[in-house]
Amino acid sequence: MLSYFLRRLILVLPVAFGVSVICFLLVQIAPGDPLTAIMPVDATAEEQAAMRAAYGLDKPLPVQYAIWIGNLAQGDMGRSIATGRPVAQEVFGAVQNSLLLAVSAAVIAFPLGIFLGFLAGYFRDTTLDKVVTALSITGVSVPNYWLGIVLVIIFSVNLGWLPSMGAGPGGSQDWAWDWLHMRHLVLPAVTLAVVPIGIVARTVRALAGDILTMDFVTALYAKGMSRADVLRHVARNAAATALSVMGLQLGYLLGGSILIETVFNWPGSGFLLSNAIFQRDLPLLQGTILVLALFFVAMNLIVDVAQAAIDPRIKRS
Amino acid sequence: MLRLKAGIAALALAASLAGAAMAEGTLRIGMTAADIPLTTGQTDQGGEGMRFMGYTVYDSLIEWDLTSADKPSMLIPGLATDWSVDPEDQTKWTFTLREGVTFHDGSPFNAENVVWNLDKLLVEGSEQYDPRQAAQGKSRIPAIASYSVVDDLTVEIVTKEPDATLPYQLAWILMSSKANWEALGKDWEQVAMAPSGTGPWKLETFVPRERAEMVPFADYWDESRIPQLDKLVLIPLPEPNARAAALMSGQVDWIEAPAPDTIPAMEGNGFVISSNAYPHNWTWHLSRVEGSPWNDIRVRKAANLAIDREGMAPLLGGLMVPAKGFLPPSSQWFGEPEFDISYDLETAKALMTEAGFGPENHLQVKALISPSGSGQMLPLPMNEFLQQSLAEIWIDVEFMVVEWNQMINLWRAGAADPSVEGAMSINFTYFIQDPFTGLIRHLDCNLIAPNGTNWGHYCDPEMQDLFARIKTTFDPAEQDAVMRETHEKYVDDALFLMVTHDVAPRALSPKVKGFVQAQNWYQNFSSITME
Repeated sequence: MLSYFLRRLILVLPVAFGVSVICFLLVQIAPGDPLTAIMPVDATAEEQAAMRAAYGLDKPLPVQYAIWIGNLAQGDMGRSIATGRPVAQEVFGAVQNSLLLAVSAAVIAFPLGIFLGFLAGYFRDTTLDKVVTALSITGVSVPNYWLGIVLVIIFSVNLGWLPSMGAGPGGSQDWAWDWLHMRHLVLPAVTLAVVPIGIVARTVRALAGDILTMDFVTALYAKGMSRADVLRHVARNAAATALSVMGLQLGYLLGGSILIETVFNWPGSGFLLSNAIFQRDLPLLQGTILVLALFFVAMNLIVDVAQAAIDPRIKRS
Repeated sequence: MLRLKAGIAALALAASLAGAAMAEGTLRIGMTAADIPLTTGQTDQGGEGMRFMGYTVYDSLIEWDLTSADKPSMLIPGLATDWSVDPEDQTKWTFTLREGVTFHDGSPFNAENVVWNLDKLLVEGSEQYDPRQAAQGKSRIPAIASYSVVDDLTVEIVTKEPDATLPYQLAWILMSSKANWEALGKDWEQVAMAPSGTGPWKLETFVPRERAEMVPFADYWDESRIPQLDKLVLIPLPEPNARAAALMSGQVDWIEAPAPDTIPAMEGNGFVISSNAYPHNWTWHLSRVEGSPWNDIRVRKAANLAIDREGMAPLLGGLMVPAKGFLPPSSQWFGEPEFDISYDLETAKALMTEAGFGPENHLQVKALISPSGSGQMLPLPMNEFLQQSLAEIWIDVEFMVVEWNQMINLWRAGAADPSVEGAMSINFTYFIQDPFTGLIRHLDCNLIAPNGTNWGHYCDPEMQDLFARIKTTFDPAEQDAVMRETHEKYVDDALFLMVTHDVAPRALSPKVKGFVQAQNWYQNFSSITME
């Protein structure tokens, strides 16, 4: 098991290097200028050139990359051009907030998705199955930013039950596990959970339905095993694939919630990324994409190892 | 059970405390900016930064009068009570400073502070030089050559050439505390978290990207501007729907720039829409490079007469002032132009015919536009409206649509640059509050892009002479007269496609009282109370 883990860990290194190159180059392709964020639009060409030199943006791209990766190796992600604050401070603060949101959404989505998927798979081709399938397809298809706006109109504007924006009355720095703060989490977490509920439910439904028709299930029943025990075996067989889907979904929840975080003004990585894109804040953009991409890589590694632990066939292959 | 009761009691107490805080006067504002503007002195985030973090926490030597909604804002004494230019040498200015002014940290404001603040922006070798503030402030004071302390309350500023627009330039420059910077280890990062100005508001707490809280400065030098509120909270809310929802669900009391389509719902729910004319315009800046069809005054006039500006108003929920010139009609510098900008299709067609165009011979033009952007209002539907209007007079418009950040680059590059791909106009909205930003920078021969902000490469000796007169007329009333004359030429020569002016709409909770929306990019928050 340890050698499998180490082998997978070594494979992560070239992926991480590739990610860093892509992160750096990708943000250079987009037209625009990071100086726009920090200078009045009518700053003279001379002043712009001076500022470009001050930020090292006048150097050739390979040199800029070498400086960036060199600093990164020493744990320095640079400073945001737009705010002057350290990128690491900005990114990790935001990732923490996104993690809070993503885990909350996952806590809602995964158990519910598994439960509904199992139910539909077990009662395949019944009305219950059709209802769950319809709900899953709706969950996957509805644009979640639209759903977020609708929920805000109903629960914040019309009913006044829940806040529509922010991460607590005093901002995310004062976060506490009390209702005053957690009520800010409810609408974004529910909105964010809708897509993974649909995806997990559909995956589990397909897996459970297939496994239930396998010969070993008939054999287990023939041996006189109870329905609950048979389902335990089915769940164990479905777990590896379901886990990989959920692992990827958690990655998406963390990095892919730009629209939700924008709609709810949630100070997470998606919100940070969207602002960095509009301001062409290259160091911040590179840092945020890199951290999120590495989070994906790490999630994949964890899922691979967990899968191998659950299903030894994966390790052997 | 006991725990539950205690919990309920705690929640009730929290709710009553929250209610009490509101009753004592906390105003929470949802800004359009995505971050809290730079707090160290010279703000970023454009006009919004100066409005909320500039003239609140800081003062400048000369300020804008923000007390009236009915007349255009004028310059008034700020930290300087008096200023004059030497009649013998018109590059030498003397500023008398206000006595008894202190910064929030208790240190006195004096001439040494003025020089120290100018060094902060202009002298790269100085200890206090701050590139972030310099990036915002240096380009605002191009006239300044040198400056020195005369005595504790007198400063001399020397300009590179005689320049009567210096007072307007100095209205940009905000004074931060030297003593505070020293106390915080001469580190601007530290100052950003605990800044000190002389303004009516003190920054109390600050969470980057999330909120800033300000409290009144009880020792503010102008008693009429000591804030009535207990607290002013700024919250960045860049997404228009999130802003509207935050207001309507009671999380903020005031939002900037509500989307036009949300305004009826807000008004229906008792919210107040405040708006007023201010120095902003929405135009097409026309290319005047060789071969541009806009070099023909008949075509320029025809285009200006082909736009039904009143018909455009419903697109913007009525929140606009139809253009009658480059400056808003209420401007002190509007003058009396002869060319009446109105909707007159017949005259427009006649002018086009005279210029050689007609149903069989359309004029093809390429126009640079952006789908969004600071101050751009609703650029896509507005530009489509123009496209349809101009088609009526045989002008076929092809759009080149670029994202806002890239649009700024193309604006800086100028009409002759290959990057604009032959575009013959750019839809770029302007801050037009003072002689330089209002008129000079757009058409000065010395500022032709990419070295300056004259995008269209226009150059006219007569206009150049007017600009020179603005800069050398030191009597404010006489300078205003030259400004009017200059604007009349802007209009009579139809130098831009002049479409509309924004009215800076903001939506307020009915609890907000006492706000007077000045005809200015900045506003005074001191008179506001919460019911």
